[in-house]
Amino acid sequence: MSTTDTDTATGSDPTGKAAEDKAATSADERDLGAAGAQLSTAPAEEISVPSMGPIGWVRWFWRQLTSMRVALLLLFLLSLGAIPGSLVPQTGIDPVKVENFKQRHETLAPIYEKLGLFHVYSSVWFSAIYILLFVSLIGCIVPRTWQFIGQLRSRPPGAPRRLTRLPAYTTWRTEAEPERVLETAQRIMKRRRFRTHTVGGAVASEKGYLREAGNLLFHIALIVMLVAFAVGQLYRAEGGKLIVEGDGFANNLTQYDDFKSGTLFDKNDLAPFGFQLDRFTATYERSGPQKRTPRTFRADVTYWEGADGKEHKTSIKVNEPLEIAGSKVYLLGHGYAPIVTVRDGQGKVAFRGAVASLPIDAVNLTENVVIKVPDYRDKNNKKDQIGFQGQFVPTLDLNTGTMFSQFPALDNPALILTAYHGSLGVDAGIPQNVYQLDTSRMKQFKESDGSAFAKALKVGDTMKLPNGAGTLKFEGIKTWATFQISHRPGNDYALVGAVAALIGLAASLFIQRRRVWVRAVTGDDGVTVVEMAGLGRSESAKLPEELADLAVALQSEAPPAPEPEPNPDIDTALPADPAEGARA
Amino acid sequence: MNLAAETNESLAHFSNVLIYSAMAVYTLAFLAHIAEWVFGSRSAVGRTAAAITAASAPAASKVTVRVAQGGGTAVLERPKIVTRSAAGTRDVPDGPGAAGGTEQGDLYGRIAVGLTVLAFLMHFAAVLTRALSVQRAPWGNMYEFSTTFAMVAVGVYLTLLVLKKNVRWIGLPLVTTVLLDLGLAVSVLYTASDQLVPALHSYWLWIHVSCAIISGACLYLGAVATLLYLFRDRHEEKLAKGEQPGRFASVLERLPAAGSLDKFAYRINATIFPLWTFTIIAGAIWAEAAWGRYWGWDPKEVWSFITWVAYATYLHARATAGWKGRKAAYLALIAFGCYLFNYYGVNIFISGKHSYADV
Ligand code: HEM
Repeated sequence: MSTTDTDTATGSDPTGKAAEDKAATSADERDLGAAGAQLSTAPAEEISVPSMGPIGWVRWFWRQLTSMRVALLLLFLLSLGAIPGSLVPQTGIDPVKVENFKQRHETLAPIYEKLGLFHVYSSVWFSAIYILLFVSLIGCIVPRTWQFIGQLRSRPPGAPRRLTRLPAYTTWRTEAEPERVLETAQRIMKRRRFRTHTVGGAVASEKGYLREAGNLLFHIALIVMLVAFAVGQLYRAEGGKLIVEGDGFANNLTQYDDFKSGTLFDKNDLAPFGFQLDRFTATYERSGPQKRTPRTFRADVTYWEGADGKEHKTSIKVNEPLEIAGSKVYLLGHGYAPIVTVRDGQGKVAFRGAVASLPIDAVNLTENVVIKVPDYRDKNNKKDQIGFQGQFVPTLDLNTGTMFSQFPALDNPALILTAYHGSLGVDAGIPQNVYQLDTSRMKQFKESDGSAFAKALKVGDTMKLPNGAGTLKFEGIKTWATFQISHRPGNDYALVGAVAALIGLAASLFIQRRRVWVRAVTGDDGVTVVEMAGLGRSESAKLPEELADLAVALQSEAPPAPEPEPNPDIDTALPADPAEGARA
Repeated sequence: MNLAAETNESLAHFSNVLIYSAMAVYTLAFLAHIAEWVFGSRSAVGRTAAAITAASAPAASKVTVRVAQGGGTAVLERPKIVTRSAAGTRDVPDGPGAAGGTEQGDLYGRIAVGLTVLAFLMHFAAVLTRALSVQRAPWGNMYEFSTTFAMVAVGVYLTLLVLKKNVRWIGLPLVTTVLLDLGLAVSVLYTASDQLVPALHSYWLWIHVSCAIISGACLYLGAVATLLYLFRDRHEEKLAKGEQPGRFASVLERLPAAGSLDKFAYRINATIFPLWTFTIIAGAIWAEAAWGRYWGWDPKEVWSFITWVAYATYLHARATAGWKGRKAAYLALIAFGCYLFNYYGVNIFISGKHSYADV
């Protein structure tokens, strides 16, 4: 127990020790009178049982909710409630992991589901905690603000009867007149930016109101941040887009590969802009223990704003998104797209283009390749469809005995494919995944010996399908990159709130609110007795120093007089009754 | 391998050698501290008991405050300021320190501090050469984070000593844990020096991570003080009730008074809380630039948030009657536990976006 808070709060702790403290505190308060009151705007703790009637109960409930004790409890619950979200996979972060978890824990998963443990931060109970906390916060801020304004309007309370009871105290005798001493004291206080006035034969001064202002600012800023976060969630819109080098993107719904938005987002809000991926560059660590770790990712793009705005060139990097028309374009990932030309049985080009393929190995970028060719005629000019499936390997090393890539860069690229013919199923009207080949109604091409047909190609190689069914030429390789385009209003407010919270917090924690009283009265022997005392929100080493400082300043106008006999120096003996001692 | 790479390799090697050397010197400092405590135990101190019994009558301690006087022409009598503790608090003087007022103990204490300074210099050089070897901030993985963390903790302790604060009592626990931390770093967490993945290339790395390290190191000192407060407070309470003091009475006797420890811990925690707040804000700004959202409930973010709320709870508790003292102290320890878990637990047990900070 070290702090000397002298606000009127009383403990709710039933243990003997707290009761003792309480008794001592209230004894102290009687001495201090109003002097220590309203040194903060922290609400008093109440544990009284409500008076009867529904209104009584509502008021009681409201007081409980807005009490510091409940705020404490809710804060504690908030941190406790946040824990499961870091231990259980979350749908909002990694839905695949959630699915895996559900498959692995068949009994546990439904229970977790019921408890909202897969989406903790939007679950009912977590929301309840923070909503209650913020209701409590508002219910706390409003009265505290009024109270604080009241304190600013009124004047510092008058000196308590016994100044010796205060945490820092000093006294001396002087030949100067009491009026002059008080006048000087008031002038000194004013110069040091105390609010000061003379009441009841003593100067009362107070300083450090910014502490309370800072505290209120901090709590208000918390609300601003919460609202900004909520707005950001409700109006957010974000989507992903995979773009192959040379291709472009225009910001409308149809162009996104996937799109998510908050409940209040309207798709007409999408700002008109677009960009084209000119080139993508990636480099990787070539040696050492972090071999294969990416070192640079850079997408060079050309972008435009508005329907037909001017074009600009820039590059997007991992930490440097492109800011455009209130949205941001982030670089997320990348991969390779082998360029192929497919000729049909008639020797006509049936397909030509870069086939963006998805990595199945995130480190070395072995990719799964699917090529669908719906417009195809066979050797006999009969309509058919063909599909290719296989792997693209940026760095093939046959010495390793595997067909998997050994390095993410294009050191020794190879395309390994097999082929099918039959129905691709693309006409069935069901939307199809372009990255998967449904071979249920297709037949794999066979070698003459009956084994499955498959070939490995280098850039420039051509693969001939059996029986003159056509060819596939591996022409080259392009790189693709995925971008996330996100629109999140409220970010600026969140930042303003955060900065305000920080400033308020610093003011609240580093500024001391304190009161100083100076009393000067003519003693029995006609000499003036000066008494000074200081009181702070909490016990501080700086308070006595400041008091000493002020005393020295005051002594320049009210120099200490020689002590009379017998010496009542407070250094040698403490008077039994401090009030008398002060007047000795 | 080119010339630059070779220089870097030898710098990294040099850094490792320096870390091992620093550990050796910390070990000597540790032994000197032990000697200090052992010699100090020979002085029979019963000051706390005496003070507590005396304190049953309301006593006020007197403090003469030095005041700088400008000009120096008029010699003013210094005002004597009487300070008075709060009602209901124990008025117990601080213990005499580890040396217990013995000359030999004090000598070993001084040697320990001197050795700590030497070890700190090596430690600092080690972190610096590591940074030079990778040509970036040396905070890319847990090994680097741990070594810097310990270095900052010792740096803060030495700074407080230079500022003439009464902190020598923290020397032994600090040096002990620094040794443990470095031991863990070189044995389990070691990662050869290398570049960062692109996501870590940002000046926010400097800001965010350096603030996180400084916050953590200071909060650690606060947590040590809180723990010692709990022991010392129990000790004082026993004495006040006239019970037999426990086995470690001789050690506890030499620590600062419970009130002083509590105040020290509070000051550190309250001073660092805004910095920790800023750390999280800086992290959010960085996350916004790197991942497109400033807050996404990633495990690391969640635990930073939990730590922040826990410290906010602690500060609230101190402002609420009935929750000061021991209860608030438990909250402070829980809060620091959250910080530690965020650092070790999340990196090791939970995978998230932050998990490129390799073990
Ligand atoms: C959203 C959650 C909240 C957080 C993160 C929070 C945080 C803080 C922090 C860090 C302080 C310490 C600053 C200081 O010591 O001056 C503080 C002080 C304070 N808080 Fe909160 N608070 C929250 C909610 C509340 C609520 C709901 C109430 C009212 C019931 C409240 C009332 C107070 C008061 C009165 C103080 C000042 C105590 C004093 O004067 O020392 N806070 N708060």
